[in-house]
Amino acid sequence: MEALKLELKEKIITLLNLEDVNVDEIQDTDALFGDGLGLDSIDALELIVMLDKDYGIKLLDPKEGKAIFQSINSMASYITEHRTK
Amino acid sequence: MKKVYINGLGNISCQKTFDSVFLEEVVVETDENVLTAKEPVYKDYILPGASRRMAKGVKNGIVASAIAMKEANVSTLDAIITGTGLGCIEDSEKFLKSIIDNKEEFLTPTSFIQSTHNTVGGQIALGLQCKAYNFTYVNGGISFESALLDAKMQLETEESETILVGGIDESADFTTNFFKIAKVIKSDNEKNSSILDQKTKGHIAGEGATFFILENKKTANTYAEIASISFVNRLDPNQIESQIESFLAENLLAVKDIDAVILGINGDVDFDKYYEAISNNLFKNTAQIYYKHLSGDYHTASSFGVWVGSKILKLQEIPEIIRLNSVVKSNYKNVLIYNQYLGKDHSFLLLKQC
Repeated sequence: MEALKLELKEKIITLLNLEDVNVDEIQDTDALFGDGLGLDSIDALELIVMLDKDYGIKLLDPKEGKAIFQSINSMASYITEHRTK
Repeated sequence: MKKVYINGLGNISCQKTFDSVFLEEVVVETDENVLTAKEPVYKDYILPGASRRMAKGVKNGIVASAIAMKEANVSTLDAIITGTGLGCIEDSEKFLKSIIDNKEEFLTPTSFIQSTHNTVGGQIALGLQCKAYNFTYVNGGISFESALLDAKMQLETEESETILVGGIDESADFTTNFFKIAKVIKSDNEKNSSILDQKTKGHIAGEGATFFILENKKTANTYAEIASISFVNRLDPNQIESQIESFLAENLLAVKDIDAVILGINGDVDFDKYYEAISNNLFKNTAQIYYKHLSGDYHTASSFGVWVGSKILKLQEIPEIIRLNSVVKSNYKNVLIYNQYLGKDHSFLLLKQC
């Protein structure tokens, strides 16, 4: 699980081009959207595609995203449970 | 009709033109046939959260426009008009590559959103919260001139009072390689020793974003008056002299009235012949200027030429690095800018001292 969390942080920084953010600055419990990392709706679309492409998870209900993308912890838990690759 | 004045400039180019006066820090690159823009510190102008999705062309456009607005001391605009030949080609390439790499699946929105030709104009408007007229011209080698003509007409007829106009193009790897294969850009083994001595096909490529604040009133910062713009899609080299004479006659001027002529010479053996006759005959007693050894060539490179002309008229000096001949005038009142792109899209622009 710790390796997956680190992987997710690296992917988020690269994928979303967060130039001024380092891996160690993202806490596992930090909010990814809003006041936390400050991601927005376009980033949410990028993360949905990333789940599909890298972990084989298709989010059919967009409402699910709110809970899944709450933090690195919630993303890692969901991926661990649902990944197909 | 009102007259149209250039009241502010902002230039991000392959030279350090964004925080210098007039080409005092230039470097003529002799080992590269593709010049890249000298980047300003983007963070000084764009919030990191906003800039992370922007390719360099968008960022350069935003910074150049901000510099032009600051210099002209304007904060609100009646129109934002841009010209670009290839638009945001870096993100277009990224999006197309993603389609191929992912077998048309897993397409993400960012590069698609940023890849449209009007991204620069849109992002400038978003940053300023400006809901005014916003238009982008994509007309090959006269994209910038088309934007300029639109702005000029709006200002002359008092539809607008303050307009931001810019020419933007960025280079991107795939497109550059295609242009090298097609000999539009010189191939890697043909060195850019001097574009004046070139005997090979293709030009030295560049990129940049050059913005102007145009207004129909003169200010303390006015650079020049844009007296006239004309463009023609196709001309033979032997028609250029008569075309220029007609253009000047329409403006009640003769060749002898032009104090400096700015030519778009780019080192391409196929197309520099358009400049030869006017350089050797028509304007042999006129100060001649070239600039594409500094800016490189691209669809909107003539905006760099207009920047040069504006500086000459305001500062009344011509830096040695852009002189094509040794003719010196005591006063530069009328400047003609002639450019063409790949033998097409010939543009003629007349600037006057204010």
